[in-house]
Amino acid sequence: MGAPLPSPGVGPPPHEDAGACASCALSPGSARLARLGMDPGRYDHVIALAGNPNTGKSTVFNALTGLRQHVGNWAGKTVARAEGGFSYGGVGYRIVDLPGTYSLLSTSTDEDVARDVLLFGRPDVVVVVVDATRLERNLPLVLQIRQITGRVVVALNLVDEARRHGITVDTRHLTRELGVPVVAMAARRGQGVPDLLAAIAQVATTDDPPAPLRLVHRDAALERAVADLAAKVEARFPGVPNSRWVALRLLEGDAGIEEAVRNGTLGDLATPVEAA
Amino acid sequence: MTDLLDDAARLRRGLPDDVGDRIVESLYTDAARIAEASVDRDDARAKLTVDRALDRVLTHRVWGFLAMGVLFFGVFWFTIAGAAVPSDLLYVLLVENGHAWLRDGFDAVGAPWWLTGLLVDGVYLATAWVVAVMLPPMAIFFPLFTLLEDFGYLPRVAFNLDRLFARSGAHGKQALTMMMGYGCNAAGVTATRIIDSRRERLIAIITNNFSICNGRWPTLILMGTIFVGAVVPPALAGFVAAGSVVAVVIVGIGVTLAVSWLLSRTVLRGESSVYSLELPPYRPPQVLRTLYTSIIDRTLKVLRRALVMAAPAGAVIWLIGNVHLGDASVAAHLVTAFEPVGWVIGLNGVILLAYLVAVPANEIIIPTIVMLTLTVGANTLGAAPGVMLELGDDAQIGSVLVSAGGWTLLTAVNLMLFTLLHNPCSTTVMTIWNETRSVRWTTVATLLPLGLGFAVCALTAGVARLVGWA
Repeated sequence: MGAPLPSPGVGPPPHEDAGACASCALSPGSARLARLGMDPGRYDHVIALAGNPNTGKSTVFNALTGLRQHVGNWAGKTVARAEGGFSYGGVGYRIVDLPGTYSLLSTSTDEDVARDVLLFGRPDVVVVVVDATRLERNLPLVLQIRQITGRVVVALNLVDEARRHGITVDTRHLTRELGVPVVAMAARRGQGVPDLLAAIAQVATTDDPPAPLRLVHRDAALERAVADLAAKVEARFPGVPNSRWVALRLLEGDAGIEEAVRNGTLGDLATPVEAA
Repeated sequence: MTDLLDDAARLRRGLPDDVGDRIVESLYTDAARIAEASVDRDDARAKLTVDRALDRVLTHRVWGFLAMGVLFFGVFWFTIAGAAVPSDLLYVLLVENGHAWLRDGFDAVGAPWWLTGLLVDGVYLATAWVVAVMLPPMAIFFPLFTLLEDFGYLPRVAFNLDRLFARSGAHGKQALTMMMGYGCNAAGVTATRIIDSRRERLIAIITNNFSICNGRWPTLILMGTIFVGAVVPPALAGFVAAGSVVAVVIVGIGVTLAVSWLLSRTVLRGESSVYSLELPPYRPPQVLRTLYTSIIDRTLKVLRRALVMAAPAGAVIWLIGNVHLGDASVAAHLVTAFEPVGWVIGLNGVILLAYLVAVPANEIIIPTIVMLTLTVGANTLGAAPGVMLELGDDAQIGSVLVSAGGWTLLTAVNLMLFTLLHNPCSTTVMTIWNETRSVRWTTVATLLPLGLGFAVCALTAGVARLVGWA
């Protein structure tokens, strides 16, 4: 139950040449982007990259960092966690590629790893890569992440493929529903990368991120229990932003979250920044 | 501090037992509602997709397997046919001329004979050989294989093989780790992390070595080309050579299934896990990008590893060939010692010694065998030690192995089988240890394939001799 994200500000001294690397100018429309590969140097923000398997997470990761992590067209390709960095508009970012998962329900090691990073690592931005051709199957993960945090950018990837299949996604409507920026992308062609960067920068620097999503359950008994328990979570751990999500997990009897209650790790989620 | 947990438990008691399912259901209902409202679907166009038509063929119970055979056969045939000319060129350039120039250079500056021997005849020759033998096939094979992967074909293979794996008591995802193993067994072993059950994961780890890796393809392709292809008319040679490689791959899949079945019936008994395999959409492969990444990432990486291993191995080969104990070289002593065992399994002492030298990397098997055959064989046959410089191409490697090494078709076929069935390279063994943290399972994964190799080769040798083929 660790918080395996590095904390900002540590690492080698800043790169003086950020933004001046010759090859970076090649990426269209993102002249302010400097890809720093595996050596991000000093960084200000941490980004977690989440998504279902085979949605193009690795492609997005490569587009941002300039790394060439092998990209495969099958689910479960990325086993080990990859990290890289980039600088955008003079601000350093460290990006952590999480294993692809369909949910955060903690049924496999991958899901545990992803959930722990998202919950306890408290990244400044969570980029959720979503397959535009299979939106319905991808949304449960987005909703679960949104229940944990508001610092989310949805990268709606593979819109080119969706178009070929006669599928159009209304990003404005999706943005309204999810309450966070949704960026249409075709990462394989480098389309949408500038928009994604802008959205990341905006979410990373905002002092007032959207509140975690409240999904109201239609089942009245369940809804009452969640509301009741969420209030108790807040009383016990003041300032925890995602009390309803924690309440749901406790109702399910999630061992990892119960442990975090027992040893008080959950209290760390109340950040001084967000409490202030 | 557990008041909260007590509250949760109390509230949970007030809810139905399937509260977890209800929460998930609620989540999926919301997801469906949002997706429904955000997606505009043009069904007329959706139905026209090629994907479904392709999948109907590629995942068909019969056509699927046929297509699999044809595709892999095509990949090997392209590799074999395409690698011949560049391989010969590299051979002439690096091994014949390069070696001669270097030798002249060393002689010109008056280097002592042992230094010339160690560096030029040992280190340089082994390295040059590895480049000439491995670079062309790899530069063709990896891009082709990566294109198939990029296209989305690999999960279809997993889908086709899933039933077979399920029947042998293994996890269906083992088909995917097996595919990874065709690139590199160490990578395949790491990839077994996608299998959650420890029992099924161990089965996948132990059997991963039956996927022929990068380092072993060249050996198979070379043996198929020189020996198996040579028994038919030249026009058919390429097809038969490719066919023999495919045959070894199929034997490998068969052994994987058989060993999985045996393990899951004996020491690794247990439930089979259920899982869902997502068939990704077919995507037009990005040809240029694939060429670039597969050459940079795979070909050069594997080649670098081969070179790092080949250089010291070259030195070792030269040393054991030139350091004498009593009346013969160390190599000759070892070869003589291994000869009886080698004979029983239809190989010879040189090959077994080569496998000992090549434990760090399978890539250097063929160069090691050829160099050892020349050092040891030349002396026993009384031929001039300089004979190795006259090797021009694959056919001449073959003629050396036949004349100096006494090879027959049986030797070549058994070498192909032994290439499939022997201990993993040391990198893979280390990876297995890292992933299992168990001396017992690492030992099993190391020795089981070796034992099988001895058994199978002894069997084919016995049968061949009994019938009078060898």
